[in-house]
This record gives sequence, C-alpha cells and structure tokens, in this order.
Amino acid sequence: MPSEEELYQEHILDHYEDPFHRGHLTSATHAHEDKNPLCGDVVRIELELNDEGKIKNVYFNGQGCVISQASASMLIEEMYGKTVDELKSFSAEDMLALYGPRLTPNRQKCCLLSWKVLQSAVHSPLNDQKN
Amino acid sequence: MTDIATRSVDRTALLPVALRNDFPILSEEVGDGQRLAFLDNAASTQRPRQVIDALSGVYERTYANVHRGIHTLSELSTEQYETARRSVQRLINARHLHEVIFTSGTTASINTVARSWGDANLRAGDEVILSVMEHHSNLVPWQQTAERTGAVLRHIPLTDDGRLDMEAFDGLLTDRTKLVAVAAVSNTLGTINPVAEIIAKAHAAGALVLIDAAQSVPHLPVDVQALDVDFLAFSGHKMLGPSGVGVLYGKEALLDAMPPFLGGGSMINEVKLSSFTPAALPAKFEAGTPPIVPAIGMSAAIDYLQSVGLDAIHRHESELTRYAYDALSQIEGLRILGPAPEHRAGLVSFAFDRIHAHEFAQVLNDQFGVAVRAGHHCTQPLHAHLGIAASTRASFYLYNTPEEVDRLIEGVLAVQRMFAPQGRQRKRRKPDE
Repeated sequence: MPSEEELYQEHILDHYEDPFHRGHLTSATHAHEDKNPLCGDVVRIELELNDEGKIKNVYFNGQGCVISQASASMLIEEMYGKTVDELKSFSAEDMLALYGPRLTPNRQKCCLLSWKVLQSAVHSPLNDQKN
Repeated sequence: MTDIATRSVDRTALLPVALRNDFPILSEEVGDGQRLAFLDNAASTQRPRQVIDALSGVYERTYANVHRGIHTLSELSTEQYETARRSVQRLINARHLHEVIFTSGTTASINTVARSWGDANLRAGDEVILSVMEHHSNLVPWQQTAERTGAVLRHIPLTDDGRLDMEAFDGLLTDRTKLVAVAAVSNTLGTINPVAEIIAKAHAAGALVLIDAAQSVPHLPVDVQALDVDFLAFSGHKMLGPSGVGVLYGKEALLDAMPPFLGGGSMINEVKLSSFTPAALPAKFEAGTPPIVPAIGMSAAIDYLQSVGLDAIHRHESELTRYAYDALSQIEGLRILGPAPEHRAGLVSFAFDRIHAHEFAQVLNDQFGVAVRAGHHCTQPLHAHLGIAASTRASFYLYNTPEEVDRLIEGVLAVQRMFAPQGRQRKRRKPDE
C-alpha cells in the first residue's frame, strides 16, 4: 500500500489546488459527463476537435476527491493538442502511470473516471455540431 | 488534543473493554502498521470467536443439507437450522416460529414483500409511503413494484435536523395508502425514527407497515408484537453474524395470504409437470437450499448479543456517539449530518465543504488505523436532499472504545491540516489558454 506521502505527492496536490483548464469551453464541439456510482464523484469534459482530428482545446469540470480531480487536470494537460488517434491509444494503464502513485483497486476508479469520460467525449458530438 | 475542548466520557455507561478479546480481528494492523479501529459497523460488523467456532463446528462435525435426508448429519443440520429460527423468534418476540423466514439479507427480505405482497395487493393509484432517508434497498424494490402495478410512491420529507417530518406524514396518509415502508434507524443520519407512532397511525389509516430494521435489531431491543409491525427485515452480518443470511418477519395471516416469491425446491407441497402447490410457512418463502450455516452462525451471534444485553449495547453506543458528536461539533467547517445525540443511534456522518470524504477515509486508515465509510452509503436521494455528493461515516458497536473515537478525532483534524488550501501554483507544462 502506498504511503500518504506517495499518494498525495506535491505535484498531485498542485494539480488539485491549481488545475489545468478547469472550467467551461464555449467553443466545444464534443462533451461528456459521468459519475462514479460508488462515491458520486462527477467529471465533465468539453473539447473542441478541429477538421484534422486534433484536440484544439479541452476543459474539465467536476466535483470529487483529490485523486479524481487532480487526475482529470493531469489528463487534460497531457491530451491538450494531441490527436484523437493519440487519445484513443492512451490506455487505462497509461492513465494510471501518468498519475504516478500505485493505487488500490477502489481508488483506481477515482483516477480512471476522467479517462473514461474523455474516451466517451470524443464520440459525443454536441447537438448543433456535425462530426 | 488540538483545538478540541477537554471532553469526558461516562465510563459507567460503557461495556467492559475485555469483550474485545472475543474478537480476533480487532488485533489486526491496517494502514502503516496501525492497530485497527473498526468504525464501519453500519456497513458490516466483526465476529466474535463464539460465532467463528459455531461456523467451523458445523463444517467440521454436523453439516449436511436440511429437511431432506434421514441420515444423521441431515437430522443434525436440520435441528441446528430450526434452533436458529427459534433464536430469531425469541430475539424479536414473534408470536409464531413460522413467522420467521430466513432470506439472504435485508435486501432479499424487502424484495420478497415488494414482489409477493406488492404484486398481489397493489393496484394503479394505490400509494406506498417511503421516506427521503431510505437506503436504496428500501427504495428501488418499490420503484420496480410501482412500475409493474401503477402504484404511486410518496416520500416523508425530513425536518432541518434530519428527522422524519411527522406532520407531513399525517398529511400523506390517506385511504389510498396501502403500505408504509421506512427504516427504524437511518444508516446515514443515525436518526432513530418513531416507528411505534408510524405503525399506529398507518394502521388507523388502514395501511400495513414494513420496517427496515437492518440498523435497529443489531443495536436495540425490538419486539414485533409490542410494535404490532406487519413486516420486519434485517441482516445477520450487521449483528456479528455471517453475511448471506437475513430475516423477513411477517404476520402469519399476511404471509399465509401471499403467493410464493421464488419457486424451486423446499417451497413446494406437491409438484406436477404443469403445476405445483406451495408448502406451508416458513418453507413457502425459502426456495432452494437455504443459508444453513450462516443461519446457525447468526443464532450464535444472537446468543452472544443477548449475553451482553441489547439495552447495555445501546447504552454503550449512545455514550460513544455523544462523545464523538461533542468533539466533531467543535471542528470548524465540519457539518454533522442528522439530529442531536438524543435522537440518534450509534453513528455519526459528516461532511466538509472543501475536503472530500475519500481523503478522510484514506488518511484515517493509513495513518490512524481507523476504518470509516466514505461515499453515499447507498442513500443517494438523501445526499442529494442534503446538497452533498458524499459524506464520511463513523459507526460504532459494542467493541468500540472512547480511545478509538479519540483517534478518529485526531485523524479528522490531521486531514483538515493536510488539505487546507495553501495557495499552490503549479509549474505549467502547457499554456492555460
């Protein structure tokens, strides 16, 4: 089991308190929101895809524990500017590795919430958009 | 202890600490080598040696299927299983032995009533009264029944301090009300509900009452005849017994009139290729091989609880709860869910506006060895009503001590310090805009 120092590393708390692109994206073409049914943590991701299939911009919003919110910030920062293909090949293992500290199975669900939301978001065009 | 005024505990209200020696698991270490303080008893409890020995004793000496063989072991197992039924009968003071049905747990007990009684008796427009504080297991089965029958669900609202609004309940009771189904004790707020009053009023309005007693039978004396309750549901694992066994109590006349729920072996009198006749109570509602060993283990748990005394257990938990409540209520920014100690059973749930329940549960475990529950505790509608996504819950039982409460409080204060906003500025890897 990881110690508290590992679990709540400085750079994780930095992301929690000072997240990357937390908020609303007015130019969003795609969006998705989901909950962790075990604890009620929620993450919404809004992104703007351009014609070349590139993530031009991406924002997240949500409510939840340090792991779910800091991991969302890390993921959004990592994927900003990447292509949809790169995003699709970014696996759950990649996400856990990006987060860093080894997590117990129940806390892995916290960490993977935003990853699941982002994978669905690229398939979820907003109503007034054509993909 | 930092920032918390000196508190005192009334040790005359507490049970002897020596009974902890009966529970082997309490000497386990968790987290970073901390001695376990198990404060997650509303989710499930631990077992004393007496229950563990009863379980292994069956497997080592007497186990076989019940009500089937005429060989020695089947006779022995059947006798032990039926003795367990008598233990439950005595515990809740049921008039008849066959009013005690063994199920797999509270959820199965409530579903049995919702499917069997509900489908046979509810018509479109009939009303079932539940409450906002119910566990999902006393909400979802009724939603499913309502979908099948067209019955309408009504919910008793809560007072600001987390008790049932009994004036509103009076207004909800009409001649359309067919059933009132509420918890005796809220698993999240800890509120002890006025079930005797609810039952009397419901009966006066011509409605039946089901009590979800999962959080009351393990902790308080319950007498189904004194209450005049129609259905009562509870679980073995929340009262020092094994998981996989629970009880549905129902009045004889009601159970007799209800169709069987699950079909299969044991629940029949005679089977032909195209029809069957059901068995008499209690077998009618015990299709298939029942939870034989868990029921026998539950009986050993009941013996243990009765040897300590449910009144004494309730007094012990009330004192620990008051002790915890007094300390938690002094912590700045902490919101205690539910009513003052005099209206609650042995648990306290709380929330912080800016620190998530997961952080509490994680740090309390890792650094303080304290096991608490973090999340919505299977009461999502209640959490939505309270305007929060999750909470942290500490729930007590007969083996907990004031020293464990002290560790809880110390841990809560540590989490508050750890996660206080520090004006962090992250080094940007990528532009923000």
